[in-house]
Amino acid sequence: MSPADDGHTPDQRGILLDGILFLVGLILMLQLWLLTGTMEAFLGGDLEIAWPAALASLACQALNLGLWRILGALDPR
Amino acid sequence: MQDHPAEFPPDNASQAPAVLPRIRFPDGRSEADQPGWRHAFPIDWARDQVVSRRDFTRLMVLTGLAFTVAQFGVGLASLRAGRARPEPKALARVEEIPVGETMRLHYPGPRDPILLTHLSTGAFVAYGQLCTHLQCPVVPRAELGRLECPCHNGWFDLAEGRPMAGPPRRPLTRIQLEIRDGVIHATGVEERTA
Repeated sequence: MSPADDGHTPDQRGILLDGILFLVGLILMLQLWLLTGTMEAFLGGDLEIAWPAALASLACQALNLGLWRILGALDPR
Repeated sequence: MQDHPAEFPPDNASQAPAVLPRIRFPDGRSEADQPGWRHAFPIDWARDQVVSRRDFTRLMVLTGLAFTVAQFGVGLASLRAGRARPEPKALARVEEIPVGETMRLHYPGPRDPILLTHLSTGAFVAYGQLCTHLQCPVVPRAELGRLECPCHNGWFDLAEGRPMAGPPRRPLTRIQLEIRDGVIHATGVEERTA
């Protein structure tokens, strides 16, 4: 699907891209928060949180990759 | 200089809509009103911004991937840390440390400095010497009842090892002690959160 025939006007596509960008940024901040929190807990001797946090970060990354794919579909090179 | 279409008339003005479809010009004027040079160097500003945002999003996704890899690194480190159990070790005899004095030793490894202090209450306490802020060695100030980190002026309570002032947020690593037959033994290491 090319940008010209995806049924979106440039304005609509811009709004979609802004939305995706916002979500990706939000998830990235969540991942950073997870990492700093896990590091803090690990250095404080709390070892139980490390793997659940790693899995949560992986889920966030999967979400981000999905959003990135949508972005690629909206605007292929 | 004022842009005016009359100065540089487009060579193919009649074919312009077919050549430059869906371009919105920054000055908001129609394509027919654009100067000629814009037809020679057409830039779709909306599309240009899309490319910038797409590349920025890719950068963020890759940064997130680095965070995820780091998370799994912490997970692996926690597995290793969970398995490691330091061996008990005799540190010093009770009479070697007068009340209010501090002895610098190493536990559990030779690169892990600790401070063993005889408190005025008669109890012995031992803490890892590395500040929980940026790993500078802390200095005992028994007369003030605290340990001080000279790097960033962090203070820790001598009796509990908890942060009192400055940038440190976590307590010092506490060494578990046991006194048997007049000898102080270290039996474990206790990392603590706030």
